[in-house]
Order: sequence, then C-alpha cells, then structure tokens
Amino acid sequence: MAYMHIGKDFVPPDVPGKVTGRIKYSEDYTREGMVYARLLTSPVPHGRVVNIDASAALAMDGVVGILTADDVYPDGEPQSTGLKILTNEPTLVGEPILAIAAVDEKTAESAMALISLTIERLPFVLDPLDSLREGGADAYSGGNTFVFRQGFAQEKWTSDQITSFQNGREPSAEPQQSWEYGDLEAGFASSDFIYETSFSTAGYPHMSMEPRSAMAYWENGKCYLHGTSQSLTALAEPMANIVGVPLEDFVFINEATGGGFGQRSRAARIPSMAIPARFSQKINRPVMMRVTREEEFTIGGARQGLQGWIKVGFKSNGAMAAMDMYCVSDSGGKGGGGDANSAAAGVSALYQAEAMRFRNTSIGTNTGHRGAQRGPGENQIMAIVAPIMDKAAEALGLDRLAIRKMNAAQNGDVSGSRSTPFTSAYMPECLEQAAEQFDWDGRKSRARQTNGSKVTGLGIGQGYHNAGRSGMDGIVRMLPNGRLQMHTGVGNLGTYSYASTSRAAAEVLKMSWDDCDIVTGRTDRHLAISSPQDGSNSIFTNTRTAYGAAQDMLAKMKEIAAMDLGGAAADYDIDGSRVYQITDDTVGMTYAAVAQRALELGGKFTGEAEVPEDLNSLTALSVSRLAGSALMGIYHDPRHAGNPPGFAVAMIEIELDTETGKFDIIELVNIAECGTVVHPQGLKNQLVGGAVWGIGLYVLERHLYDPQNGIPASTGFWQSKIPTYLDTPANIGTGWVDLPDPENPVGARGIGEPSMGSVSAALNAAISDALDGHLFDAAPVTTDMIINHVAGISEQAIPLAQNNFRG
Amino acid sequence: MYPVNPKLTRRRFIKGVIASGAAATSTSIWYAANGAERPPGSVERLIRINVNGQVRSVDVAPQETLASTLRYKLGLTGTKLGCNRGECGACTVLVDDIASYGCSILTHSVKAKRIETVEGLESANGDLHPVQQAFVEELSPQCGYCTPGQVMAAVGLLRANPNPTREEARQGMAGNICRCGSYDSYLNGVMRAAEIG
Repeated sequence: MAYMHIGKDFVPPDVPGKVTGRIKYSEDYTREGMVYARLLTSPVPHGRVVNIDASAALAMDGVVGILTADDVYPDGEPQSTGLKILTNEPTLVGEPILAIAAVDEKTAESAMALISLTIERLPFVLDPLDSLREGGADAYSGGNTFVFRQGFAQEKWTSDQITSFQNGREPSAEPQQSWEYGDLEAGFASSDFIYETSFSTAGYPHMSMEPRSAMAYWENGKCYLHGTSQSLTALAEPMANIVGVPLEDFVFINEATGGGFGQRSRAARIPSMAIPARFSQKINRPVMMRVTREEEFTIGGARQGLQGWIKVGFKSNGAMAAMDMYCVSDSGGKGGGGDANSAAAGVSALYQAEAMRFRNTSIGTNTGHRGAQRGPGENQIMAIVAPIMDKAAEALGLDRLAIRKMNAAQNGDVSGSRSTPFTSAYMPECLEQAAEQFDWDGRKSRARQTNGSKVTGLGIGQGYHNAGRSGMDGIVRMLPNGRLQMHTGVGNLGTYSYASTSRAAAEVLKMSWDDCDIVTGRTDRHLAISSPQDGSNSIFTNTRTAYGAAQDMLAKMKEIAAMDLGGAAADYDIDGSRVYQITDDTVGMTYAAVAQRALELGGKFTGEAEVPEDLNSLTALSVSRLAGSALMGIYHDPRHAGNPPGFAVAMIEIELDTETGKFDIIELVNIAECGTVVHPQGLKNQLVGGAVWGIGLYVLERHLYDPQNGIPASTGFWQSKIPTYLDTPANIGTGWVDLPDPENPVGARGIGEPSMGSVSAALNAAISDALDGHLFDAAPVTTDMIINHVAGISEQAIPLAQNNFRG
Repeated sequence: MYPVNPKLTRRRFIKGVIASGAAATSTSIWYAANGAERPPGSVERLIRINVNGQVRSVDVAPQETLASTLRYKLGLTGTKLGCNRGECGACTVLVDDIASYGCSILTHSVKAKRIETVEGLESANGDLHPVQQAFVEELSPQCGYCTPGQVMAAVGLLRANPNPTREEARQGMAGNICRCGSYDSYLNGVMRAAEIG
C-alpha cells in the first residue's frame, strides 16, 4: 500500500534539540528558591534501621530539612517486595534510607556525615542457590521469596538437590511456577537427538546514560515533577499515587529521557522520583535531587540472572519435538522480574516446540533490584538455545539455516501455554533475507577454518518478543488555523516512536507533516494515555490509537461538511487541506473552516459531549480540559486479537584468536520482521542498538559483588561493562521484511527487543562454532573462559554462580 | 568553614564542589561589594574563562570541574554529566580544539584556554554546524543524552583529521559511550560531516 508518511524517513522534532544540547532532561531545569537533596543510603546489604539521630545535621547552617521513611510511610512501610521511596529495612547496599536538603549539595553532603545512623546488620546472600541451600541466608526478613497475594515465604532445597543441579542434572525440587502443553514424554520419545544441559546467564544493570535525577515543586496545591520515564502518561497516574496527590493535581514534566531499557516504564520502578516531590511538599521549597552514577546503579535496576536446566529433543527432520526448561530466577533485593516465564514463552514462539514444559522458582538476593530489561528472558535464553540448534543440525546432518527454517514461526502458527495465534508471522522470510544479505551460502564453508591462531566462527541467531498491545487512547485536535495537534503520551527516550506513531494520524487526514504538531512533554498539555513503551509494543499500540483518533476526527469533519454544504457525510472525501464533495470537488471547506465551524457547534465536535465512555482516566481528564478548544478526534482502542510478534534474525562471522580469547566481528547483519516499516531510520537505529546490546549480553556485561560484604563492584560503565565503539563492529548491516500485520491499521509491529536477542544468540553460536561446537552454557563468555577451554583447563569458578565472576 | 566529612568519596566530593556554587558566589560577591581583599593564601575565585568565544567572569571554587562550571554557573546545560568520573564522555567539550572530558578538568586549569561547548557550534544565523547537520540527517542520536558529547568529540576529531577513514573515526570517537548503542549511526554521521565539510 502506498503511504504518504508511513515508511518514510523524517526529522523527529526533538532531534535538532539533541544535537544542539537545547533539549532538557530533568536535571537541566532550575527553579527559584531551589534546594538540593542528597541521599543517605544503606551501607549494608541487609539491615534494619534502629535509630536515626539527625539533630547535629539539622542544626547546620544551610540545612533545610530531612525526609525519612517514617515521613513517607507514616502507617508503616509496605510489607512486600518492590522498591520503596525510602526504607528502614534495606535489602541491598545503596538503598535510600533518608534524604537531606540544603541550600547546596556540599552542605547536604556534609550534613549527612553528622547523622548518626544505627543499623542492625542482618544475614545477606548474593546467589540464589546459596539462599536455596538449607541453612542459607534469606534476602528478605520474611523469607527468600515473595508469593503473589500470599506474601513472603521461604524456599529451601537439600544440598543434594543443589549439587545435582550444579552438576547439570534436572532439578528435582517442586517449582513455584509451571506450565506445559503437548505430550512432553512422547516428544522426547520421538526425538532422534536430545541435548540436555544446565546454564546460567548474568544479571546486569541497565545503566541508562541519564541518571534518574528529579526536581519537584508545589504551586497552588499542585505538584510539578520534572522526571524521567519511557512514556509520561503511562507513568503519571501511578506516580501521582506514589507521591500521594490526586491525578488532577499532578503535573509530570518529561521532555526527554536519557535511556530507559525497561526500568523507566512503570512508576513502581522509579519511586525515587517521589523523594523530591514529598520533600518539596514538606519543606515548601523546590527540591532538586541529582542522582549520581553509583546511585543510578543501585536504584536503576538490573536484568534477572537465570540459573537453569534445559533439555531439547529433535526429530530426524530437525523439528523440535520437545523442550523442557527449569529456571531459578534471581529476584534481587527488591523482588521482581518475570524473565524465566518470558524466556520459555519466547522459545515456544520462536522454535514452535511441539511439546513444552516450563518450571521456575524465583529467589531473592541482596543485589540490585530486578525488573524488565530489553527482552527480559527471551534475550538470555535465545543465546543458550542457538548453539543447541547447531548441535542438533550437526547431529542430524542438516544445514544450520535449514533446521531453523524447519522450526520457524509462520502465519497460522500459535505459541505459549495458551496456544495463542500470531497476528501474522514471517520468520522464514526473515531467515531468507538475512541469509541473502549475509551471503550464508557463500560464507558457510569458512566455518572453523583456521589462520594461524585465529579460527572463523559463524552463527545464526533469532530474536522474539511479543510486540503489541491495545486498550490505550488517542487525542487529536484541529485548530481553526488548520494545524493538527497530536496529543501523545509516548515518551521521548530515543526510539522516536512518539513521533512515528503520531504520523498515523497525519496519514489518515492526508496532511502535510509541516501542518502537524506533536503535543507532548508534560501532562498539563493534556495528553492521551499511552502504553508504557516497554515490551516492544509502541509502534503497534500507539499507531492504533493515533489512527483511531484521526478516523474519529475525519468522520466529524465529513459530518460538519455535510451539515453545512448538503448531502451525507459519505458524500465527502478529503485531500489533506479540504473536505470536498466527491461528485463536485469545488464544493468543500478547508480544514481550518471545519475546525472553526466545530467551535461554533460544540458538543461532540469539540469533546464536550459524546466522549467515549471507556477512556482511561488520564485521557478523560485531558479531554475534559481540552473540551471546547478545537475540533477533536477522540478514540479508545478496543482489545486486539492474537499475539503480534516482533522477530529478528542475525548472522555473524567472527575471527576468534585462540591465544588471546578475543575475537573480531568480521560481518554482522541484523534483519527485522516487524510488519510494515513505519520509520526506516528509527528501525535501523533499533537494529544497530539491539546489536550492541546483544554483544553486551553475551560477552561483556555482568553484576559483580564483593562476597564478603555484599558491596557492588560494577557501579560504573566500565566495570559493568557496557559495549563501546571498540567492542562493536564499525559497520552493522540491517534490513527488514516489511510485510503488513492485519491487526494494525498501518500493518506495523514492534522490534526493540528482538533486535538484541538475535545478535546475542548469533554471537554465542559463532563462538561455539569457532570452538568446534563447545558450549559454555553461560553468559557472558569472557576471554579467560575461552582461553581456559582452549588450554583444556577446567574452570575454577562455582558452577552456575550469580553476581560474581562466573555469572 | 564547612565541617569535614570523612565519608566523602571522590564523586561525592566533586558533587559537593559543584553544588557549592550558591554559597561560594555569595561569599565572593561580598568580598567584591565590600572592596575587601580575599583572605591571604586563598585561591582566586573570580576568574575569566573563554567559552564559545566570549570571555565570561565566573566565581569558581578551587576544586570545581569545568563541567560543573559550565552547567551550574554558566547555564550551559548542553554539556551532560553521565558519570562524573571520566568514563562516558557525555561532558565532552573542546579545550583549545582538543576533545576533553569536562568532568575531569578543573576550571582553574583552563583560564588561558579556549573552551567550546555544544552551544557554541551553531552559526550566528542559526545554521547547524556540519557535524550537527550530519547527525540530524543520519538520525545519529537515540535518547540524546550522550549526543552533545558525541558532537563535540566528532568536531574535535574532524579538526584534527578532516577526512578520516571509518576505522579512524571509530578510534577517534572511542572515548564516548552511547548506551543506546547508536555507534553505527554516529559513525555514519561523522563520515557524512566529513563530506559536508
């Protein structure tokens, strides 16, 4: 289908501000009378605050106040996992206990030194298996796990069960969570090749470039909060609840966000923003809370580490007959994370296993809090499964590309425990395109060829994430000057989805992009609710709402034209600036005239009547405040059917030096299958960014903690360690299939997360290939692991270890 | 005098220095307004630095970093602080044409030097610098937080090497981290900027 805007590149309106430094992040704001808050954080990984004596600090010149957990939770802290604003019961080093405000940060820092904090040390644990072991410490005071709707609980395994698991055998303990479909036993019985192994994948921090600084002030009973989020309207109402202010008295300001990657999608993942808000309310001064890199590490979240066991069976033709997976998930110091379940669902979707069982037990550790991070679960497991696919291909005498095609998701396929059908699926086409762009047939003979100490490895990786939701709202307005105002709550965190999804509205109304304005950045501009811009869903979800709102406006425009010019609404069409009679295009009205007429008519045309009843509360509030201001298009998106998938395929050629354990990426292509392409440059950025993240996941990034004191050792970019220019290839090939999805009005689905999983999987497969099929069954694979393997030296580290050098 | 905090880490120390602006400024103004000499042996506080071609008078604490002076004293918030410890390059500025981490330079050390920040690149008529224009055309930024630093690193690179190979550009930009992973797009931007000149 020929589109005017969809599939075309454009300059998102925030880009000039980014290259000139004009665009403002939360810490760039200032306010007259502003004071500065600093945090006193927990020095111990698990403890209980016994006493706080702040008298000397509060007596200092320049100190204006203190905020404690008792202030923010006067009825006691919530007895559950999850981040708190401030706490007297820290479960990780660095958790905020109190805040001090002063006229400047130095004074606040100095005042903190005068605070006498008495804290009772409690036992701590860094590895889930250490906590599972009988007699092992529990991360939380109420146990080592939190069961939804039941509360804290304690989970213990026998030493034999732990040791057996560490030695690669199937865990025998009862899991907390499980699902299955198909006949697993029959699946393995019909298999001609079965591979079974334990594995571990590391947790690691999000490390967004912008620390989550926040500034707040109160004015005329309203709270104004400058903060950070992945979508400002998705976050606004729950954030208002955390602050403790009615939604109508809360203004969230968020023009730009310096990276999210999952941890800024929900208010519960950023409760620290309530500190300046509550502090400002208490001391009646604007409060700026600048967050340091170390603090960002602590309160910024982390990917879950997985300790698992997997068994996969293949038929002689390469079809995956059965998959059995058991995970122990690291829930960190504050609980959270559903990576294991997503991993299993991802394998089901990507490889179409005929029978499958998933089991999981989540255990807390006194490490960084866990939650969604770019492809949570799917991207860890795809790297584990990819080389197993290669092993199966080798054992069954199949080509590595062919075995993936055999198991590829297609239109009509289903996945998961509920056998949910895909809205559409074109994985075979994606594999074909990647193979062509990479020249798989031409390159595959180079696999395992040596050149001195260097050996070539080839890898194919596939990524998947559910990539679309629904149930959000859309608002567009036509001003009497003929300009279209698109009120979006999608956050500005670098995907440009806030702009590209809005273009669906311009598409419906056939308007020049120059005549359209995106209204966003702060909730008092009266925005529509959007999805949280996580889970790769934004393109699918928010094009639906923009499109729907514009359709509502279009219907109203035709109705007004028919009312004034005669005939029925169906007799009219539009050309981007006029509504005209189809049979006589000289009869018509400009968009500006229609908007002016709407203002005269009022009622449903201006949002003063017949507003959709099922609007989300924030959208309803926005509509009520915009009512009567312009011709309005208002839309509540009904639920869609099926599972809109995002797929990606990567192919990699590496040259691995067996003397140093280092490798160079010779060629890397990353291909998307995400429905119709909405914004090519934005999609390309997701593919190259995902590739960089995929390299980080598989060979670089991890959590490191001091086992004696529980102190984090990877608080900085370099220790963590996120990929740099020199860790990634100078060129990354990208491409896309570009076939429309029927559940989206412009055919689009999301891609942000699969674009990472594909590369981590391909890289693991390539390393394995270069090492004659050896599987480390762990991520990250470090140079010392490679060198030790080549030298035939067994690893000294603890099997499956988490939050340490092996995991 | 502020009481000494024995728990001060380097980063907290720097943050404290950054934040001391308000109080320090008022002290300095008091000396100036009252014609008083500064205390014997103390470091000169009111200094002049050349920023984006303009000589700016600014009150600077002895341990104050250039990034904090630019952001919190001169209001040039385009220079970002991503780590404040010389890891990420978000604070990159040019000091006598050399790309430098603003968080790791004491302002007192650049009194005789030319400082350029991202705010100083546009021409007087508002035209973007070729690097900025190329970054727009290639959609190099994602979240944008590292972008001013990437821009300044690229400007410094191209002044030293107007026609780099892609590999030279990759090496030249290696001091700047992008968590979004937009390196490929930034390199496209650098190469395009070299073409634009």
